[in-house]
Amino acid sequence: MDSSRRRILQLLGLSSLALTARPVFNAFAKDEHAEKPQAIIKDSENALKAKQWALVIDTRQFESEEDLEPLVDVCNEVHNVPHLSEKRHEIKWIWGEHYHNAFPGKAARFLSEEVEHKPFLVLCNHCENPPCVRACPTQATFKRESDGIVLMDFHRCIGCRFCMAACPFGARSFNYRDPRPFIKEINDKFPTRMKGVVEKCNFCAERLAEGQLPACVEVSEGKLTFGDLYDPESDVRELIKTNFTIRRKQTLGTEPSVYYIV
Amino acid sequence: MKDKKFIMTGVIIFFIIVTFPFWYNRGKAAPQPELVLTAKAKAAKECVRSTAYMKAEHMQLLDVWRDSVVRRGERIYVSPAGKEYTMSLTNTCLDCHSNKADFCDRCHNYASVRPYCWDCHIDNPKENS
Repeated sequence: MDSSRRRILQLLGLSSLALTARPVFNAFAKDEHAEKPQAIIKDSENALKAKQWALVIDTRQFESEEDLEPLVDVCNEVHNVPHLSEKRHEIKWIWGEHYHNAFPGKAARFLSEEVEHKPFLVLCNHCENPPCVRACPTQATFKRESDGIVLMDFHRCIGCRFCMAACPFGARSFNYRDPRPFIKEINDKFPTRMKGVVEKCNFCAERLAEGQLPACVEVSEGKLTFGDLYDPESDVRELIKTNFTIRRKQTLGTEPSVYYIV
Repeated sequence: MKDKKFIMTGVIIFFIIVTFPFWYNRGKAAPQPELVLTAKAKAAKECVRSTAYMKAEHMQLLDVWRDSVVRRGERIYVSPAGKEYTMSLTNTCLDCHSNKADFCDRCHNYASVRPYCWDCHIDNPKENS
């Protein structure tokens, strides 16, 4: 085939003309279909809001395992937390722990009898500087900007368990088995989880959105106090101001948001 | 070009094999799935969006809902018709469409898609209506 300069220029001209075709077509297409009506997505009006949610646990009012039980049970019921008797497969959102394990490094050689034997309520600390969030390769776990809750997007969790290794509080559990058969009574208002995802306490984000306090706080009869850490007028700040409080493994710098009055 | 015969035979055989599924299954198309609406869904008349929109785009809609609820904590959806809905697959969608087998599954099976929504979300089985 002979290609002269004239032929090439002709082709170039035609091609540049063809490039203008798309915008022209688009302009016509727009006229045909009228703009789709748009839906609006917004916040619920009665949702509870805070800069950083925090929990103060008055451990003086908890004496034995029985005192913790209603709090743990209500959480398990509300969130469809399965009960697996095998220790390795256990799923825990909130549970009791010995002082030595809850506050390692803070235990003196001779502890008061009372502290030595009573269980301490532990759960996800919703750290202000959460190491689990940094470890997650898919951003399935994240610190919610709007209220500081460390949340899980179970849809996105690939089950790598980096977050479990990163969490210094053991607050995360992995579903080694399909949890459904191990849920005593399924609450059909809340989804279950599936095999292969990590789960943990969500500070009852779904209840806060409806203007309710977390389930454990609600049944604690004032032993737990929930509120905004950055509101100087809040109940939690008042308690922290007027009582001596400790936090778990504070020296690690994760800034836990769960405070213990001892 | 003395191999023309062989090449042509090969091309014809190839063509027959490739089009085999089409002419073998001709006239045996699966019937369009018929969806059963629950009494509650019928009473509501319209879903959060128009039926045509829901048919084509419910997966994108659910995707937007999920990100908005889980990541931003925004849970209210105001439809173009001005009605407010709580964005929840478990509590809103599956409350009306409580007949998974006769509603969700029929189209999903027809289209041969296997969404894993129900691995976690409870399909809210109620009495069939």
